[in-house]
Amino acid sequence: MYPARFDYLAPTTIEEALDALSRLSQRGEDAKILAGGQSLIPLMKLRLASPSVLVDINRLPGLAFIEPADGHLRIGALARHSDLAESNVVRRSNHTMAAAAPWISDPLVRNLGTIGGSLAHADPLGDWASVMLACGADIVARSTAGERIMPIGEFLLGLFTTALRPDELLTEVRVPRYRGPAGGTYLKLERKVGDYATVGVAVHLQLDQGKQRIAEAGIGLTSVAPSNLKAVAAEQALVGEAPGEELFAEAGDLAARAAEPRSDLRGSAEYKRDVVRTFVQRGLARAVELARAG
Amino acid sequence: MHITVTVNGAQREADIEPRLLLVDFVRSVLGLTGTHSGCDTTSCGVCTVLLDGKPVKSCTIFAVQADGRAITTVEGLRAQGTGADGLHPVQRAFKEEHGLQCGFCTPAMMLVGASLLDRNPDPTEDEIRWAISGNLCRCTGYVNIVKAIQAAAGEVRSSA
Repeated sequence: MYPARFDYLAPTTIEEALDALSRLSQRGEDAKILAGGQSLIPLMKLRLASPSVLVDINRLPGLAFIEPADGHLRIGALARHSDLAESNVVRRSNHTMAAAAPWISDPLVRNLGTIGGSLAHADPLGDWASVMLACGADIVARSTAGERIMPIGEFLLGLFTTALRPDELLTEVRVPRYRGPAGGTYLKLERKVGDYATVGVAVHLQLDQGKQRIAEAGIGLTSVAPSNLKAVAAEQALVGEAPGEELFAEAGDLAARAAEPRSDLRGSAEYKRDVVRTFVQRGLARAVELARAG
Repeated sequence: MHITVTVNGAQREADIEPRLLLVDFVRSVLGLTGTHSGCDTTSCGVCTVLLDGKPVKSCTIFAVQADGRAITTVEGLRAQGTGADGLHPVQRAFKEEHGLQCGFCTPAMMLVGASLLDRNPDPTEDEIRWAISGNLCRCTGYVNIVKAIQAAAGEVRSSA
């Protein structure tokens, strides 16, 4: 299968790319940005997407960084999933991200797919969005008009929809650094390697300095709602409390109740809710373990 | 669009449409049919080539994206051939360990094996299975594929 014809641009500087996006959007052209292409190209081959222009950003320099900065970890849009999975910086800086990266698709797709592309594509079955919801990340986007920073909750708008304007390029993800004892994980149930999540759960916990109480909690759910879901009620039940089995069970119940899974090839809705409940409990226990060890 | 790609060490040029997939460029324009087209939906991995040394699914990248870059197909493994038969250690191991039956997934499996050994000359069984987890095989049950990569690793290590 091959896509419908398209014009192809491969800018070599960010300014060139932003100018092109601006021009194309002003002309009302249906342009798409090509990063890893591991979601876009399959859609184009099936002709579910037929952009008239592809702006290939893979030649843009300086967009693949993974850098600790003041207060947050800066990740360039072109950081490949495999880079993130192998990164010592990620491993040291954010347990949720480190746990999630190896679960994305398969090793071949991870060599090309990018975190920026994944978040901009906003597939509700995508893993990174749940991680970013749990960790409270910000999205940085640039256009010829300047730079915009959006909290992840304002960036993700639903099924394949984000707050990105047609002339904008997602350039960076900023993940808050741990302030004291913190931990997290990502648990993903899949039928086979490369499948989307049957259920995915991202957990992020920040403990108080004494490691006795939960100061901050983030839970992001994959594949159990129309789009990635932040389990707010479960999070709120955790904050201020001392970690423990009963508390985690309560959080698991709240998250399971907040989920809106559909019965499909991957399992019944009841089954998926049960997996949410179990994964949230396991994820919280693991997060606390890491936070207390760190 | 005019592209120049280094293919198995040699520069190749062509005028192609942007929508031509790398797998079709390799098979139809270059005539290198060792790279296979299987599912065409980014699931099976038989289309694997090495792009600047990293295994990727060539059905899910446009040939124009490879402009100015280097790809290695299964035909290029001989360039690192050793011994009397001139085969790459991975090729020799697949032959000796019976790492294939129908052979459809084999070029991809060998490329992934070769690239794994370039990065990690002493992989555990788990690491091998993880590395090939993007490549499906319907015939072998993966057992001899893993053995072949282990055998190749042994040869690579002992000759290093």
